[in-house]
Amino acid sequence: MADFFSKAEVTSSGRPVLLRSEVECHLLSSVDIESEDNHHFYPLKSGLLILTTHRLLWLPSSSSSSTSSAAAIPLHAISHIFSTKKSLKSMFHSPRIRFQVLVSPDGRLFDPASGSGSSSGSGSKSIVLTAVVRGKGDCDGFLGKLWESWRARAWECNETSGSGSGSGSGTGTSTATSGGLYSSDGSVRMVGVAGILRKEQEMWESTDKSLQDAFQDLNALMSKAKEMVMLAEKMRQKLLSGSSSQTSGANDEDMGSKEEMQDWLLSVGIISPVTKESAGALYHQQLSRQLADFVRTPLQRAGGMINLIDAYCLFNRARGTELISPDDMLQACSLWEKFDVPVMLRKFDSGVMVIQNKSHSDEEVFARIKGLVTKPEALRSGISPSDAAITLGIAPAMAKEHLLTAESKGLLCRDISPDGFRFYINLFPEIDPRDVYLVKDYGICNTWIKAVSTSGLK
Amino acid sequence: MQKLGDFKLPHFFNYPPYFTLQPVRETREKQVQLWKELILDYCRTQKIFVIGLEEEFPLFSNSVIERTLSHEAREAFLSALISEGRAEWLDKGHRRCLILWHRIQDWADIILNFVKDNGFEDSVMTVEEIRSGIESRGTELHGIDRTILMRALKLLEQKGKLAIFKGTSADDEGVKFSV
Repeated sequence: MADFFSKAEVTSSGRPVLLRSEVECHLLSSVDIESEDNHHFYPLKSGLLILTTHRLLWLPSSSSSSTSSAAAIPLHAISHIFSTKKSLKSMFHSPRIRFQVLVSPDGRLFDPASGSGSSSGSGSKSIVLTAVVRGKGDCDGFLGKLWESWRARAWECNETSGSGSGSGSGTGTSTATSGGLYSSDGSVRMVGVAGILRKEQEMWESTDKSLQDAFQDLNALMSKAKEMVMLAEKMRQKLLSGSSSQTSGANDEDMGSKEEMQDWLLSVGIISPVTKESAGALYHQQLSRQLADFVRTPLQRAGGMINLIDAYCLFNRARGTELISPDDMLQACSLWEKFDVPVMLRKFDSGVMVIQNKSHSDEEVFARIKGLVTKPEALRSGISPSDAAITLGIAPAMAKEHLLTAESKGLLCRDISPDGFRFYINLFPEIDPRDVYLVKDYGICNTWIKAVSTSGLK
Repeated sequence: MQKLGDFKLPHFFNYPPYFTLQPVRETREKQVQLWKELILDYCRTQKIFVIGLEEEFPLFSNSVIERTLSHEAREAFLSALISEGRAEWLDKGHRRCLILWHRIQDWADIILNFVKDNGFEDSVMTVEEIRSGIESRGTELHGIDRTILMRALKLLEQKGKLAIFKGTSADDEGVKFSV
């Protein structure tokens, strides 16, 4: 009874995991889902309803996450969407969206992925679901989008394109193994580097055409966006198969440009960016979650801490279109405090803001800095932020922040001279003001004097 | 160990951050404390009474490590001495600073001891005699800064230990002791 709906996967920061080429269209908050006869499942109370091109996703709000988990309704399973009746009565009610879904014989929501017969055969039974919108969402807008998505039948395109690319790669390998100058369909098979170049040329020509078409007007762009992503994906696959079949012919430069191309295509990015249009009032909340998911890879690469500005650039690049403003970025980051996400925004005393893993510890960094400044060379002449950057493997600006933090904790102290800004291990606490000439036989002060005296500085 | 004339410098005089005013409070407090002690120590042994902020002062630069105190740092360290009553600005522009390694009260006691030791209890002396006379030779009073001496004498006058009388010029101010 509880598993009437198929379960929707969510990321650790609470964003839905989308299917291939699935795009989010609209969001509504505080939505209940109930059925008219109420015995198929427990009503889902006050969650976030997300419309994508393929599914309706219901995510529980964080407070009630213990009682129910995220549910998915494939648009495929919807057999009818009722239009809203404007009546006097409806003015006093929360807005409702009603639609009919197919139910499989075993009493579960019809799931096309499970392949339990054709929709006409097994969908003998259907029930009416009602989404009650208790929040202040744009209900009519949502209904309109629901109609659009339902009619667009994106799941069917996906199936055909999926099988198409599969067969494409299949022929690619088969032609590579079979000999002959002609391919099965009679055209001249392209061989060697020239072939790849020609293929690429052709691809570019078609890309160019797509681009020109796409920029005709914005509506065309919107509809072309998916094609573009698919095109990029296809090109990547072609490049991959090309590089595997071309071992001897391709020179280094060729490979280099190919790798670059692949990287470039891989960074095409987020397929379904959260936009103000789709998310409305929930914009910052959802953006925040998406951002939390996104920054994890760059964070890992940067060693647990990344400059907010760098993250902003990476994020916007991944979004491609639908760029966000710095202000939105900041808001999204500051919302992390409220969610259970593994990353956090941190502001240094100097005002520099960074994103860091929650598990990132200053103590570990301090220990490394301490190791760095107690080397004989550093005892003599200190360290600069760029020295620290090289040793810690981070950006100089970040290294400087770390050093300044270490300074404020009393670990280091600064030396400003014509040579520049350098940091030394803090000896001040070690010196006894009552006897300034006393040197203890142990401690960092003694080590320092030894290091300095060996350099002939006496 | 590094020396400045016959003054023995502590090890940390070669520690470059010692010459940069530290921004972190705790570190800075310690730094200021160390500087105060060093300035007083140095002035006492070298009999220096006035430090000019814009003049060369041997303690404020270290040629070995090529570091010099900034004007801001100098002023900060001297201000710290002033807040403890161990120094005073001589002008409003904070360019010259009087260093009191003995407080005025202590100087006054030294004068009294000097008077008693030499049996001047009821004598008359000029101010110049106290500073550079044969009697004061070898005591701490020899070569004392005139400003400090006058302040100490005025303090004693208030206590009724002596009377200051003026001569025709500033040079021949006299003191009548009545200890």
